[in-house]
Amino acid sequence: MTSELDIFVGNTTLIDEDVYRLWLDGYSVSDAVALRVRSGILEQTGATAAVLQSDTMDHYRTFQMLERLLHAPPKLLHQLIFQIPPSRQALLIERYYAFDEAFVREVLGKKLSKGTKKDLDDISTKTGITLKSCRRQFDNFKRVFKVVEEMRGSLVDNIQQHFLLSDRLARDYAAIVFFANNRFETGKKKLQYLSFGDFAFCAELMIQNWTLGAVGEAPTDPDPQADDMDMDLDKEFLQDLKELKVLVADKDLLDLHKSLVCTALRGKLGVFSEMEANFKNLSRGLVNVAAKLTHNKDVRDLFVDLVEKFVEPCRSDHWPLNDVRLFLNQYSASVHSLDGFRHQALWDRYMGTLRGCLLRLCHD
Amino acid sequence: MPGKLKVKIVAGRHLPVMDRASDLTDAFVEVKFGNTTFKTDVYLKSLNPQWNSEWFKFEVDDEDLQDEPLQITVLDHDTYSANDAIGKVYIDIDPLLYSEAATVISGWFPIYDTIHGIRGEINVVVKVDLFNDLNRFRQSSCGVKFFCTTSIPKCYRAVIIHGFVEELVVNEDPEYQWIDRIRTPRASNEARQRLISLMSGELQRKIGLKVLEMRGNAVVGYLQCFDLEGESGLVVRAIGTACTLDKLSSPAAFLPACNSPSKEMKESPLVHPPSHGCRSTHNSPIHTATGSRLTQNFSVSVPTLIYTGMGSGSAGKEGGPFKALLRQQTQSALEQREFPFFTLTAFPPGFLVHVGGVVSARSVKLLDRIHNPAFVGIMGNTRSYKLLDWNSFNSDEPETRDAWWAEIRQEIKSHAKALGCHAVVGYSESTSICEEVCILSASGTAAVLNPRFLQDGTVEGCLEQRLEENLPAGCGFCHIPYDELNMPFPAHLTYCYNCRKQKVPDVLFTTIDLPMDAAVIGKGCLIQARLCRLKKKAQAEANATAISNLLPFMEYEVHTQLMNKLKLKGMNALFGLRIQISVGENMLMGLASATGVYLAALPTPGGIQIAGKTPNDGSYEQHISHMQKKINDTIAKNKELYEINPPEICEEIIGSPIPEPRQRSRLLRSQSESSDEVTELDLSHGKKDAFVLEIDDTDAMEDVHSLLTDVPPPSGFYSCNTEIMPGINNWTSEIQMFTSVRVIRLSSLNLTNQALNKNFNDLCENLLKSLYFKLRSMIPCCLCHVNFTVSLPEDELIQVTVTAVAITFDKNQALQTTKTHAEKSLQRASTDNEELLQFPLELCSDSLPSHPFPPAKEHLESASSNSGIPAAQRDKCSSWIELIKLKAQTIRRGSIKTTVTVEKASPVGEGNFRNRSAPPCANSTVGVVRMTPLSFIPGAKITKYLGIINMFFIRETTSLREEGGVSGFLHAFIAEVFAMVRAHVAALGGNAVVSYIMKQCVFMENPNKNQAQCLINVSGDAVVFVRESELEVVSTQQPAATCQPSCTGGEVTT
Repeated sequence: MTSELDIFVGNTTLIDEDVYRLWLDGYSVSDAVALRVRSGILEQTGATAAVLQSDTMDHYRTFQMLERLLHAPPKLLHQLIFQIPPSRQALLIERYYAFDEAFVREVLGKKLSKGTKKDLDDISTKTGITLKSCRRQFDNFKRVFKVVEEMRGSLVDNIQQHFLLSDRLARDYAAIVFFANNRFETGKKKLQYLSFGDFAFCAELMIQNWTLGAVGEAPTDPDPQADDMDMDLDKEFLQDLKELKVLVADKDLLDLHKSLVCTALRGKLGVFSEMEANFKNLSRGLVNVAAKLTHNKDVRDLFVDLVEKFVEPCRSDHWPLNDVRLFLNQYSASVHSLDGFRHQALWDRYMGTLRGCLLRLCHD
Repeated sequence: MPGKLKVKIVAGRHLPVMDRASDLTDAFVEVKFGNTTFKTDVYLKSLNPQWNSEWFKFEVDDEDLQDEPLQITVLDHDTYSANDAIGKVYIDIDPLLYSEAATVISGWFPIYDTIHGIRGEINVVVKVDLFNDLNRFRQSSCGVKFFCTTSIPKCYRAVIIHGFVEELVVNEDPEYQWIDRIRTPRASNEARQRLISLMSGELQRKIGLKVLEMRGNAVVGYLQCFDLEGESGLVVRAIGTACTLDKLSSPAAFLPACNSPSKEMKESPLVHPPSHGCRSTHNSPIHTATGSRLTQNFSVSVPTLIYTGMGSGSAGKEGGPFKALLRQQTQSALEQREFPFFTLTAFPPGFLVHVGGVVSARSVKLLDRIHNPAFVGIMGNTRSYKLLDWNSFNSDEPETRDAWWAEIRQEIKSHAKALGCHAVVGYSESTSICEEVCILSASGTAAVLNPRFLQDGTVEGCLEQRLEENLPAGCGFCHIPYDELNMPFPAHLTYCYNCRKQKVPDVLFTTIDLPMDAAVIGKGCLIQARLCRLKKKAQAEANATAISNLLPFMEYEVHTQLMNKLKLKGMNALFGLRIQISVGENMLMGLASATGVYLAALPTPGGIQIAGKTPNDGSYEQHISHMQKKINDTIAKNKELYEINPPEICEEIIGSPIPEPRQRSRLLRSQSESSDEVTELDLSHGKKDAFVLEIDDTDAMEDVHSLLTDVPPPSGFYSCNTEIMPGINNWTSEIQMFTSVRVIRLSSLNLTNQALNKNFNDLCENLLKSLYFKLRSMIPCCLCHVNFTVSLPEDELIQVTVTAVAITFDKNQALQTTKTHAEKSLQRASTDNEELLQFPLELCSDSLPSHPFPPAKEHLESASSNSGIPAAQRDKCSSWIELIKLKAQTIRRGSIKTTVTVEKASPVGEGNFRNRSAPPCANSTVGVVRMTPLSFIPGAKITKYLGIINMFFIRETTSLREEGGVSGFLHAFIAEVFAMVRAHVAALGGNAVVSYIMKQCVFMENPNKNQAQCLINVSGDAVVFVRESELEVVSTQQPAATCQPSCTGGEVTT
């Protein structure tokens, strides 16, 4: 006696959260059944393994049918085939688009191309996430990227509108898309200590301040050829950043800047002497990073540079985070007192964001 | 021109990509009704076209309005080649034809294609202007309402129940035409869908005419079925009960048709002695028809059964003049009718007087081959389907089928007569076809009815007055209708345990629902008898003979199983009994489902005793006693489980007779009586206190085992196949209707009956277990209206289809069911008029629908917190003050709960989810449509019936593997069928389907060719319902209403 066909269809589509998770995690039906057995469900419910198998198959089939709709979540809301309460729809979407920290760290900043997709096997082996799950997550990134790529307006809003994600998740996707678009390097060894959250935090700051959309030019400039509002960095701004070079190139300015900072911080920093000794190096590092951003290659290496030029020196001198904060605040603020420096606004736009990023990046 | 049909095509959405080059579609729509076709403009390059067409107007006869479906075809325009069809929508415009139903059909309909399934949706508006037609000889029957519901629909009152209406139409099946060889299966299937749609329209119109002739205005319990007879054609047949219904002005003021249930009940004192069990007449089992035209017509009438109670005992003679008078009256009312049959299973109070028992009849027929191709030429034209009515071509066809059914009905009628009943209620008919053999079955419950509803007459006035005096509530229907001295079968009668005045049988089998006022002890449960019998492959007559020889044994064994299982449950009555016998190439399957209950009026069932054949063997004896112990334990356990604890009654009245050692069963098993003579199949099983199972052979051993292997549902679950579960009346509003299908392939070729039985038994049991597991989050809940159908699609395949609804109930209140019986029966009686139920229901309904899948824990908590207080107080709140207090509590609770609802509204958001530009989930939700096989929706009031839904779909695939194999294919199809039903209901303005039934699910596969095909036929009543909590809140508390948006229109917010 073999079961040829075995289905269950409810007027309201039954969704088992646990099985959904197993499915999302890419387990095969038999693995999922084994995992469910291990969870002790048989003892709780008095069911048999055969029942569990049939139940799991049913759910998997349902999810496979739903997957097509999940690729365009608004479709899930309008479709008539599955009657699913809205709270459940939201849960399905949110879980489907959720991603693993370990996975996203591997892919963040990489081009979402076929080439990267081929490397998923390695990522799967490395992270212990099933290949199927890796594929889903990768395809999600790519799908979101493709949809919002050509779109004007706020990145987060666009994502939310077209994928109905929660605010939190939409922000994360905005970061992923932003990183993928600008190809920031995140995989270097010295960046391994950073979490996705760190990068996402920086991405948000950069989107808010360094992109075209951030300046609010959009409404007055309906040029369709213009760069994508939130995805691309403001080219003009990057060009202008060269002007900051004067801060380190002009020796007087540099000395003045240093003395202003040192005066203000004397007695307040635990690592004052180290700071004093390192000031010029640090300042040079930060300003040079800015000046180099006209080249795509250097944009990609932004985080590597920041870590090398700022985070690592601080770390080797054991700066407490609070000292870093005080220093950075003073460092940016003091520039306003430099009479010979004319690019105050530019400096603020640059340093304001960078300060936030650096603070986030300074941890172990 | 008595009618003008107006159609407007508004827009489409989610259309499939038809042009690979552009990834877009140039769609346009053809709107066809009868012979007229209109087209919209082509909407270029869009998957969401906005046609916004003018109103297409069709001026048509109302006859056509009834017969024809509106056909909407969506096509992709192609300049160079033929336009590709995207898919179709059939809209039955019947609901627009009667005044009280829907006035407009407007909404998004799934565009359906037999190969691709649903492909996008189309927004259509349909209206009908009807002109009054005073022509007496009209052929249309517009205005007659149809209901699938097998009881008087809520919000109507039955003025007169006229009785049985039936009709059938026959046509050639397009699938089997020669043209099929040159056209695609898709075209063929589309032709089938169209034809069946047309035939059901015609059938409905014809039935409507009959109703008008009877001066009725409605058909209740309308059941339409298709017989796919293969090469010999396609039969669409329908039965129903004609009624004159009155709409109750205000749904809130709904009351039972008669003020006092007891008033109309009359006592029909008995004058005759008892008998028992089943009777079956084996009329000359084979008679070859010799009509001039029916050359091939082969007909076998097989033994038929009458199940009733059984027992023996002293006869008490009583009764009086009334009985005779009444009987006379009823009889005269009924005898005017050819068949005094009623398809209803629940009745207005007082309608049902006595119940005799189940009557059933079966007949084996050979289907005629049709000599066709003469008229195939006309088939090209759609209009011609009408002409194809077999009357005009092959004249004996419908008559033949009519005659077959008439024969069976006649038999049913005579069985009912034998039981002293003039009527048959809970009547249904079915067929099972395999190749050219067809088993026709009919069954019902013999009953005595109150003439009051059957005619306009006002005769009964004084009679009733006097009759009502000694009428006890809740047991009247159990009293035997037949003559005690002249019993149709040996039975075992006792005085009614309730009123002590009348005789009752010791077991009662019926096909109807448990009457509202019946006094029941404990809860009920689903009882199934399952049986397989191998049969040799044979052709034509030989095959039919073999089948008809097997049938009586199957009937007998099914009955035995039912009786054993009933006793094992410690119960004494079966309701909703449905016995299905299916025929396959090499086997017969029998599946009987019923709901067992303990009727307070009937005696306590005796136990089951096991007797060995070889007495002197010690170890054998030990084995026997071990089995006996196990059985006794099971009975005790079941009694506890189902809370069966009848009050102790001194048995002084009933002389309990000594068990008679005679074993009919053994006799029967070995018998090989010539089937040519008329035999009475006596299914008596012995006496009340001694239901002896003799395990003299392996067969019986197996029986005993199978008896004990049926596992009770896990705790928190109950199941029944009737409308309501006896003993549970505190339903909350969460419902989940589902369909589950399983097909197993029998492995070995040398199967034995035993192995077969075990396989089949396991199949059903495993299916039930799976259901319990899947629905575990709804605990405590009850599976209601569990409807099993079994079919044998191929040699080694068994297909079981189950449709049922799971309804949650309130556990706290369930705990207190051990109230006095009087109170309980009162409560039950009120489930319908809802007065008492209102509180508990409204308390829960406002929170539950907002999260229909709560994890069990949460659900339990909320259930208990919701109802803790009212549960305790409910019965006590006799005074008005308490009632008001309770109400105040309700309102408070309502507002507290609202906050919960709002929180749930953004379950994923971190707060500013909603503040963002587009609150994603809020704007777009498709309205929720509930579906249920029951005639009611717990916790809600049906305010309007919008019309009948009767849909037929075919789905085929040539890429079975790619679509996920057979399971993937059928899963998707059933989901699509649900979706299409919901869309039609929503377009009618409804929010639920009640009395939903999947009448057919014919699945065929050919894995080698990677192909499969499935036909599904569903029906139900589209309704509008309003949550009771809303009614209450709207009328009493305005502020509260604003914070309960969750239930509006049955929608689930969040």
